[in-house]
Amino acid sequence: MRALPVGDSALLVEVASGEEAQAVHAELLRRRAAGLLTVREIVPAARTVLLDGLDDPARLASELATSDVPPAPPRAGEVIDLPVRYDGPDLADVAALWNVPEREVARIHAATEFRVAFCGFAPGFGYLTGLPARYDVPRRATPRTAVHAGAVGLAGPYTGVYPRASPGGWQLIGTTTAVLWDHTREPAALLSPGTRVRFVPVADV
Amino acid sequence: MTDSAFAVVRAGALTTVQDLGRPGHAHLGVPRSGALDGPAAALVNRLVGNPPEAAVLETTLNGCAVRPRSTILVAVGGAPCPVTVDGRPVAWGAPVHVPAGALLDIGTAVSGVRSYVAFAGGVGVEPVLGSRSTDLLSGLGPAPLTNGAILPLGSPMSLHARVDVAPQPRPPVELVLRVTLGPRDDWFTPEAVRTFTSRAYRVSSASNRIGLRTEGPALERALTGELPSEGMVLGAVQVPPDGRPVVFLADHPTTGGYPVIAVVRPSDLPAAAQAVPGTPVRFVAVRRR
Repeated sequence: MRALPVGDSALLVEVASGEEAQAVHAELLRRRAAGLLTVREIVPAARTVLLDGLDDPARLASELATSDVPPAPPRAGEVIDLPVRYDGPDLADVAALWNVPEREVARIHAATEFRVAFCGFAPGFGYLTGLPARYDVPRRATPRTAVHAGAVGLAGPYTGVYPRASPGGWQLIGTTTAVLWDHTREPAALLSPGTRVRFVPVADV
Repeated sequence: MTDSAFAVVRAGALTTVQDLGRPGHAHLGVPRSGALDGPAAALVNRLVGNPPEAAVLETTLNGCAVRPRSTILVAVGGAPCPVTVDGRPVAWGAPVHVPAGALLDIGTAVSGVRSYVAFAGGVGVEPVLGSRSTDLLSGLGPAPLTNGAILPLGSPMSLHARVDVAPQPRPPVELVLRVTLGPRDDWFTPEAVRTFTSRAYRVSSASNRIGLRTEGPALERALTGELPSEGMVLGAVQVPPDGRPVVFLADHPTTGGYPVIAVVRPSDLPAAAQAVPGTPVRFVAVRRR
């Protein structure tokens, strides 16, 4: 683990793996909840956690350098079920990349418990991990100019659901009716870092 | 609809509602947003007796025109521009009474990019996640102004303006941005880091509320791999594949996958918001505080 200074009031904690990043994120949230850390933003990402709005980043950096981060806490808390119809336009391409029949893509995906590693790209867009590395897929060579809200896609090691219509380059395997983002709802985001997620196949959504 | 409202007569090139933004939600992918020239927005609010969090209008280059339904105190600041009420010139950078039904016209900026218009009571659109700011990246908050739109106003505070006129910095002739290197300066060749902190850039016309784009010498990468997405801060200088630095402004994405060579001091960003395309830009490396 190393902590890189970012400007005068932020710190980028960099680790070797996504699992470590989730562990560091959990530990930083614990410290903030316990009143041991004052910070405006804690932003987890693929291999990093950004702490923005720190009074004394240098002090925290040296503190982190000498402290052990416990491994990510055991998976606790509720699981969010997302109803999904595996009907995406890239299902055949993904099946070919995985070297399995299309219905097997749906079975494998629905049998996986995911976890929101981090959010980004758009409000409410979560990068979900959980699939074994052998199921990593590249982004589409040519991104689509329009992807509809609720589209379930794969890219690299991640699964994601488009919270609203937007351009996008992920391989689309399905559709959900779940509302990922609603700013009139509390909380507005259905998924936040650390949330556990399952995709539940339905005949019609 | 209440009488406390104004009608948009001329929306201008891009006029948005802005306040202090919605920090604290970056982990959900929500940009901070908020007025790009924060000190200018704070000043016009003070001129009409508003608290600092009141929402104002932020115009882009050619101002806007609105017609309040009731008599109201307003103030225009930020980029200097002609201001008229029913065609008669009134003061810029000072509180002005606009009679009910009169046309308040904020003209084209004489210099700078963004003028700010405060109304006593503030723009009263519904807040989203605690802020009334329009976020152009994610689409949160009210849509940019359109001709004919009616926007509500809040109730004026009983506070009196504490200042009648106030000095405001001139928009920059040359934009000097102090930067601290990193966190990813090691992704660039030493030559590229020298180029970045010594050569002249210019503000690109492709700049917007998301980022100040620049034109100038391309910065060569030492590491050519792909950087996994990581959290981004306000003022981050991200270098996309074309090698031209982009300074992240209020509507910047919360995560990004291009390396950040340096971070601009926050106190230098209001000037960046007022730098017209073509303005020379220098990045000056300073020690971390």
